[in-house]
Amino acid sequence: MSEQPYLVVERVAKHFGKFQAVRDATFTVKRGEFVCLLGPSGCGKTTLLRMIAGLETMSGGRIVQDGRDISNLPPSGRDFGIVFQSYALFPNLTVFDNVAYGLRGRGKSGAEIAARVDELLTLVGLPGEAKKFPAQISGGQQQRVALARALAISPGLLLLDEPLSALDARVRVYLRQEIRALQHRLGVTTIMVTHDQEEALTMADRIAVMNSGRIEQYGTPAHVYAAPETPFVADFVGTTNFLKAKMLAPGRIVSGGVEIAVATPEGTNPGMDLRVCVRPEDVMVRGIGDTTPNRVDVTVEELVFMGAFSRARLVGPGGMSISADFSANLLRDHSLAAGARIKVALPAERLRVFPG
Amino acid sequence: MGIRLDRDAIGQRAALLVAAGFLLVSLALPLATLFGKSFRDRDGQFVGLANFVRYFGTPSLVASLWSTVWVSLLATCIVVPLAFVYAYAIRRTTMPGRGVFRALGLVPILAPSLLPAIALIYLFGNQGFARFMLMGESIYGPIGIVIAQVYYCFPHAFLILSTALAIADRRHYEAAEVLGAGRVRVFLTVTLPGVKYGIVSAFFVVFTMIATDFGIPKVIGGRFNVLATDVYKQVIGQQNFEMGAVVGMVLLLPAMIAFAADRWVARRQVALLSARAVPFEPQKRKLRDLVLFAFCALVATCILVVLGVAAWASLIQYWPYNLSLSLRNYAFQNADASGWSSYFNTLAMAACAATIGCSVVAFGAWLVDKTRGAEFLRGVVHLLAMIPLAVPGLVLGLSYIFFFNAPGNPLGFIYGTLAILVLNTIAHFYTVAHLTSLQALKQLDPEFESVSSSLKISVWRTAWQVTLPVSSQALLDVWFYMFVNAMTTVSAVIFLYGPYTKLASVAIVNMDEAGFTAAAAAMGCTIVATSAAAKVLHSLLAAWLDRRTQAWRAR
Repeated sequence: MSEQPYLVVERVAKHFGKFQAVRDATFTVKRGEFVCLLGPSGCGKTTLLRMIAGLETMSGGRIVQDGRDISNLPPSGRDFGIVFQSYALFPNLTVFDNVAYGLRGRGKSGAEIAARVDELLTLVGLPGEAKKFPAQISGGQQQRVALARALAISPGLLLLDEPLSALDARVRVYLRQEIRALQHRLGVTTIMVTHDQEEALTMADRIAVMNSGRIEQYGTPAHVYAAPETPFVADFVGTTNFLKAKMLAPGRIVSGGVEIAVATPEGTNPGMDLRVCVRPEDVMVRGIGDTTPNRVDVTVEELVFMGAFSRARLVGPGGMSISADFSANLLRDHSLAAGARIKVALPAERLRVFPG
Repeated sequence: MGIRLDRDAIGQRAALLVAAGFLLVSLALPLATLFGKSFRDRDGQFVGLANFVRYFGTPSLVASLWSTVWVSLLATCIVVPLAFVYAYAIRRTTMPGRGVFRALGLVPILAPSLLPAIALIYLFGNQGFARFMLMGESIYGPIGIVIAQVYYCFPHAFLILSTALAIADRRHYEAAEVLGAGRVRVFLTVTLPGVKYGIVSAFFVVFTMIATDFGIPKVIGGRFNVLATDVYKQVIGQQNFEMGAVVGMVLLLPAMIAFAADRWVARRQVALLSARAVPFEPQKRKLRDLVLFAFCALVATCILVVLGVAAWASLIQYWPYNLSLSLRNYAFQNADASGWSSYFNTLAMAACAATIGCSVVAFGAWLVDKTRGAEFLRGVVHLLAMIPLAVPGLVLGLSYIFFFNAPGNPLGFIYGTLAILVLNTIAHFYTVAHLTSLQALKQLDPEFESVSSSLKISVWRTAWQVTLPVSSQALLDVWFYMFVNAMTTVSAVIFLYGPYTKLASVAIVNMDEAGFTAAAAAMGCTIVATSAAAKVLHSLLAAWLDRRTQAWRAR
């Protein structure tokens, strides 16, 4: 098992005229890893994927795959399979011929090809659909055919460009697990582009969060969620509260007249404007005593029922407004309702502070 | 940092170069030669604008410039409203027989422009049976030209306006009605603004067609001169090539203006209708439907009468003295030395132009659309492909004489052969065919080629196995578009036929000139019959293709 990364993307850039689509993108992918490029539309994630495929020229930087510099290779000289958002299935060819498309003309016998196609269709869960045309099967099935076609030539790298976004919500959730399981089984290194944070969090080994052409954070889903490195990441991945604050001293800030003890990041000075992030589910209600740090007196302004939990809008001193998620349990135990005055706490280890 | 070119990319670039070369030779260089010729004297000396000065100093030539302008304007102002009402009746009402009227409205497309002119002579000529309707005026001259042009251009205006009227958002009409607008107000504030670009486009296209048409003024113009007949007289009659080149340049003007206007219009037309528009469904209104039905019936009758007169004229012994029927007029050798061979030349030429043209144009469009990178080369080919739209056939034909007949041109050997007629016809009708192919390609998923290259399959194989079968319907359309146009074209080929390659349309001009009007009508009817047969074949093939490809198009 080599420690050397399978794919190295190094300072890759792309500009269209004056517009910087991708700037200084750097990340590595280990062999067999599943990486998601996550970001809002127009952030450059698809452009970055297309540069890895060779479908787009790079304006700078380099890409190394399996020890080989592929920066200047045409797509046909690289080693990858790709699934597009539209699937790009050949409409006039049957499911069988679509999957066999990359297998023909390589000196394989008809029987070998048929066996391989059978194997692939079984793998993606579509045995028995081989004779149908793409227009005769459902969107989810088309998606799997596209996947089987891309995997047919056993590529070293699988690229997925928003593969699930054209599907119904239910099918999408189901296929997430399917693709993830398949990827695990085959061990194929995979990069997927998505704008759906839930998709990225549930599927990826590591996530690169992108914003206006830049990779803002690269890490495991748990890390990206729990320890966002920029306000954008905190906001884009999951839901978060932003509280305006001022720094009093290292380790001490004030927000809406409430003093909060929290680790202040390097490069901040007393008197500076700051922003404090806290996730709705991290707002503490239970077990608050007189010694609990970072206590705040708040009024429950509004409770919105969301199913398993309710989202509360809390208003504190100085107009401070916080969203908090309260489980159904908690609401029952404390018989909370709109208008109630309660004490909550903001646990220091859950707070992220950014220069504001 | 460039991406290294793979075999496919190199092959595509080489093919793009060939395509650019083809368009250069068949289009750009001949036109450049014409351009140069208009600034030189008989001995090839550069004389600046001297030829133009002489042109504008010749009263008879300037007079025909004005004649062209007012006759074209008049005919355009008649045909566009006629076609608009006709198209409106078909697209926006519930009157019966809309499909039949649509087909009948397109009938004139099957005939060369010469045919309606000949029919008019039988109707209103010196011995015409409806002559009294002209109240002493002569059909030979502007009256005849205007009527024949209206007939000839009607289907073209109808097609453009019908397309413009086909798309409408029902919600706009519902909103207007809910807000209490009356029918007239709805028409003025919703219908007209929605199709105004179509009307402008139809106006310019028709004006250009009329101003540059040669067949009609030749047959029915009499002593009334227009630009197109001037070119012919200068070049064929007086062998004055320089002056012919100057008139050709003048003839380019309306077409260039129309081309620019059409581009401008096309740019503004974009996104008038959102993708989520609710299609318009016409409501039944008895009186309106009845009036428009009567109108359409009248127009369709006129179309059929003109064609019927031509057919009848071709079948009678000797107008107006012996009205018994015979096929004598179809024995063309009695009227023209080339006899039936001119018809078979046309058939061969049209088949070659359609087959070669369709392949060349579709391949060129594929290269323009599917080559990755190579923006400059693709841009050049696309730009060259758009030129023919702005070049009247007569001008293109004239420029071919200058270019291919020039001493020292290595391609001079095709002069006077069928090959030059085929090349000219392909170039003449290149743009519409190119745009049709391009549009078909744009409807395909742009990632087919990306998938192929990731699978290490060459783009050529994907083109053959996927792109070609999927766009077969569009290819079929292009083939028949080229074929019918090649069957009926006169203006471009009138300069280019040789002793053994005379075409049917040219034979019509010759026979009419020699007084064999009935034989000319007979030849015209033969062309119409061939075009109509081609049209029927087209429909059958299209239906067959539709059935065959239904399995994978089914939703």
